[in-house]
Amino acid sequence: MTSTGEAVQFWVLAVVAVGGALGMVLCRKAVHSALCLAGTMIALAICYMAEGAVFLGIVQIVVYTGAIMMLFLFVVMLVGVSSADSVKEVLKGQRVAAVVGGLGFGVLLCAGIANANLHSFQGVGAANQAAGGNVPGLAALIFTRYVWAFEVTGALLITAAVGAMVLTHREATEVKQSQRELAEQRVRLGTQVTPLPAPGVYARHNAVDAPGLLPDGTPAEISVNPTLRQRGQMRHLGSDLLRRMGELEQSTAGWLGRKAPKPRSGAELARVESEETEQREVESK
Amino acid sequence: MNPVNYLYLAALLFTIGAVGVLVRRNAIVLFMCVELMLNACNLALVTFSRLHGNLDGQIIAFFTMVVAAAEVVVGLAIIVSVFRTRHSASVDDTNLMKL
Repeated sequence: MTSTGEAVQFWVLAVVAVGGALGMVLCRKAVHSALCLAGTMIALAICYMAEGAVFLGIVQIVVYTGAIMMLFLFVVMLVGVSSADSVKEVLKGQRVAAVVGGLGFGVLLCAGIANANLHSFQGVGAANQAAGGNVPGLAALIFTRYVWAFEVTGALLITAAVGAMVLTHREATEVKQSQRELAEQRVRLGTQVTPLPAPGVYARHNAVDAPGLLPDGTPAEISVNPTLRQRGQMRHLGSDLLRRMGELEQSTAGWLGRKAPKPRSGAELARVESEETEQREVESK
Repeated sequence: MNPVNYLYLAALLFTIGAVGVLVRRNAIVLFMCVELMLNACNLALVTFSRLHGNLDGQIIAFFTMVVAAAEVVVGLAIIVSVFRTRHSASVDDTNLMKL
């Protein structure tokens, strides 16, 4: 039997590990899955240390949660953070069959463990002490009995590194366009010849998510970064702000004795107002 | 508490990982599930090492970690190169060789 302290530690860590694993499978976004998996791996690392495998526990934290999970997060960044899983089922009934099959598999595994004759245990304390510690014990084994496997893993790691470089290498198939060619192409297409307008030109909002206003007061969506637009993080200017700015323009024109600018079109104001009421309804829900 | 409980935990984590591989469609999450299965195996190996009182189980778990690192490097490189050509990380979209 192990100590009570280890029992308490095991039950706490087991809950964390299983919760993290379930979270990894159930979260729809890849980033959340990666964070759940990192939690599970840290819990497992503490389990290793509790079982006397101190070196493996440290390696688990350094290699798995440190290096491998960061690699995962980098690839998630490359592939796109927003790439959520599709809920569409391609094979009919596959998910239900997978869950049922998994349950059966788990029951079989647990039944096998329960039937095994594992009523006593020896602990690695004696083995660690004989070699003068966990790390010297592992080193003695790696460099004597398992030295061939160790050499082969070295070759495997080199092959993997070369393979990754070969797989992700991209030959430049077209010549990089110069600034002159880009400018000529812009004029030829004619969609947006001038540079894009800057966001938030009014002094009230100079954040990049606030669209700049055109002379007639309508927001210029093109002035906001396309990434923010796609994520739906563009700040919508309220209708009363637009109206107040219209009044300001009118009074300025009056002071300067200029012709007043064209009042803001009613359709634009109505669109903004309907959006606002929609938002309020969503919030009240 | 009997250390066999660690084996039950390993079995549970392995099962969750296997179900995840079958259920999920995002290639990155599939890889994470495979990693979870490898970790569950490592936990079982460390527990066996403790049950039998020698360090060989820990050595094998160590080699498993090395192989897992190599596997992740190549696998993620494959995902990135597939994403470049197909613009998708979903395993359902990798169907060029389908009849």
